[in-house]
Amino acid sequence: MSHALLQNIWFVLIGVLLTGYAILDGFDLGAGVLLPLVARSDRERRLVFQAIGPFWDGNEVWLLTGGGALFAAFPHVYATVFSGFYLALMLVLFALIMRAVSFEFRSRVENPRWRAVWDGVLCAGSLVPALLLGVAVGNILRGVPLTPEMEYAGTFFTLLNPFSLLVGLTGLSMFVTHGAIYLMNKTNGALAERAGRWASRGWIALLILTIATGAAAWFDTPARFQGKPALIWALPAAVLALMAWTRILLAQGKPGRAFLASSLTIAGLMALFGAACYPYLLPARNVVDIAGYQGLSIYNASASPLTLLTMLIIALIGVPIMLVYTAYIYHVFRGKVVLEEEGY
Amino acid sequence: MDPVLLARIQFGLTAAFHFLYPPVTIGLAWLIVYIGWRYLRTADPAYERMAAFWIKLFAMLFAVGVATGITMEFQFGTNWSTYSRFVGDIFGSPLAAEGVFAFFLESTFLGVLIFGRRRVSRGFYWFSSLMVAIGSTLSAFWIIVANSWQQTPTAYRIVGEEVFRRAELTDFLAAVFNPSTLPRYTHTVVASLLTGAFFMAGISAWYLLKSRHQEFARRSLQIGLVAAAVASLLILVTGHFHSVQVALTQPAKMAAFEGLFRTESGADLILWGFPDTANQTVRLKIALPGLLSFLIHFDPKATVAGLDQIARENWPPVELAFYPYHLMVLLGGWFILISWLGLLLGSRRFTSRPYLWAVLLSLPLPWLSLELGWMAAELGRQPWAVYGLLRTRDAVSVVVPAEQVLATIILFVLIYSLLLALLIFLLTREIARGPEPLAAVPAQEVVR
Repeated sequence: MSHALLQNIWFVLIGVLLTGYAILDGFDLGAGVLLPLVARSDRERRLVFQAIGPFWDGNEVWLLTGGGALFAAFPHVYATVFSGFYLALMLVLFALIMRAVSFEFRSRVENPRWRAVWDGVLCAGSLVPALLLGVAVGNILRGVPLTPEMEYAGTFFTLLNPFSLLVGLTGLSMFVTHGAIYLMNKTNGALAERAGRWASRGWIALLILTIATGAAAWFDTPARFQGKPALIWALPAAVLALMAWTRILLAQGKPGRAFLASSLTIAGLMALFGAACYPYLLPARNVVDIAGYQGLSIYNASASPLTLLTMLIIALIGVPIMLVYTAYIYHVFRGKVVLEEEGY
Repeated sequence: MDPVLLARIQFGLTAAFHFLYPPVTIGLAWLIVYIGWRYLRTADPAYERMAAFWIKLFAMLFAVGVATGITMEFQFGTNWSTYSRFVGDIFGSPLAAEGVFAFFLESTFLGVLIFGRRRVSRGFYWFSSLMVAIGSTLSAFWIIVANSWQQTPTAYRIVGEEVFRRAELTDFLAAVFNPSTLPRYTHTVVASLLTGAFFMAGISAWYLLKSRHQEFARRSLQIGLVAAAVASLLILVTGHFHSVQVALTQPAKMAAFEGLFRTESGADLILWGFPDTANQTVRLKIALPGLLSFLIHFDPKATVAGLDQIARENWPPVELAFYPYHLMVLLGGWFILISWLGLLLGSRRFTSRPYLWAVLLSLPLPWLSLELGWMAAELGRQPWAVYGLLRTRDAVSVVVPAEQVLATIILFVLIYSLLLALLIFLLTREIARGPEPLAAVPAQEVVR
């Protein structure tokens, strides 16, 4: 296989990993953000914890694997993004650290104040990544200042531009909608009804913000649309159709299918993001020449052909096995959540 | 403020803290697999209770391990971006393989272990504990592959110039099985088993001292002690092979471990002493003549390379490698002594208060030896980030301001201390509560 083909394959595979992360951790991040909004009693909050309890850890592994794959396949992107977005990433890490222990710690003490603290930790620990991951996507879409040595040339505040914050809010509404639909599927009664109301609110916000992001991108960074095949316009059309489908299914009272539609909407948005950036992984916003490219592309930032091929073999062996047992575990824990003495 | 020093402090702190958890969970995971196996074979509900109790403690330790591990994965990019560019072609693959082959396995089946006792059959429940154990052991493998490559890089060629200079992979399997991978991996896995074994034995000893949960505590102590007895001997064996490998592939590190300033034929093995780098000597040393040469080359007269063979600017910090290494070795001797003494005591091991106290007080010592061994390994590698290829001072991120590193160090210290305090609080609460009777599982729930 040629180097260029492998570089393209890995662009797609990194995209698949991050999309898997957005869909799967998306619902538990969204449910975490919604915790204080949908759950009124300790029993209801326990139901929310139980609904995402068996899955969140495996879901987060999509991010860790995506990070490892990015390191291996595109080491320059890994190095530039994480050193350049230093404080933002550290904030995400601190949030994920605290969130991870909230699951295990909350249930261990039956004191209302202890539990209220961990409820707050889960909510904040879900909100910060849900928002900042979108801000990161916004900055990548918009492009960042880079040096010819591939180093980030901006500051922390360069990252907090209006466009990226808009994308951050779009991502947040996407996760909230997705998490709300998930909770509708896993719970009953008043809790499920409240989740349904948040699914509707989140959906409206997502629709408005997605259109606003598209328009803002058109004016702010037209380069992302230029020189692409006309087919790229099929993607926003598909995303809007999937959003409409989600709404229809919600109105028909079919939250199971709505969850599928919502997952596909996320996949569509991620595909749109990937198509807009291609062949860049981190476009430059300034005029800079890095081996003939305006930014870090799949061609100037990738690993050697041998590493890309080795990684492909690893993925072809490991991923199918992983998908089989992951699917099986989702099957084991299917259906509505019931409170048991085990678990959270 | 020196940004390199700050980045090193941050990495050292976060890695040392993270390293408290994976080894004990690896060891405990295998002991839980064993207890679950006993339950499957005997259907004795006492084993089910035992497994449930240790799984509860395991889950808390695991949670903090996962939480602090997330940082490690991204820290190469945040604080060591020049390093990441240099080694990404080789170092990234084991991290990705760890995700695909190990993380998914352990995290997915951990969900079953915590939530699934009533949802899956007994057999599948046990199988899940096995998958968690295999997953966490595989996870250690890939991390140690990555670390070992830094210590003894192989199967690479250097390409590019200046900032684009980097090591490119030439043979994946040769890079994975570089000279230090297997000695280091076997040594670490056995040390992990020992840590889990002393954790189990120590807590059981405490119950016996307090005359609580006696039947449970006797069985757990027995399992812990036998595992510790086997593991402590294996540590000696694997440690020996690891040392020989270090002497052959990283002579500067071995010279620092042993305070060997001058190349000697018939080099002594130093049991203890006080190295003095300024005067290039070891003060007040207690040494066994010729034994170092014998252990490394199987010949008491063989020549062992000293620090005089190494350019002065490439010396590791001798004292910082010497003391952790020697303390670790001394602790290794203690582990053999205490676990085999238990086996020799016969049934008196369950009643002898001095012995039970010794086991209880030994509970934290495997952690200490793990940290010391890790310090010896990493400080002995200095001044190199990648041995002989890339200096640590050239490996840091160039765009991250020192004050941001300092700020995050402060936050890490605060959050990690809080986590440790909470974890100890919760663990001691659960231990004080002890193993609880399990609610009966309705028959139809079991078959599904």
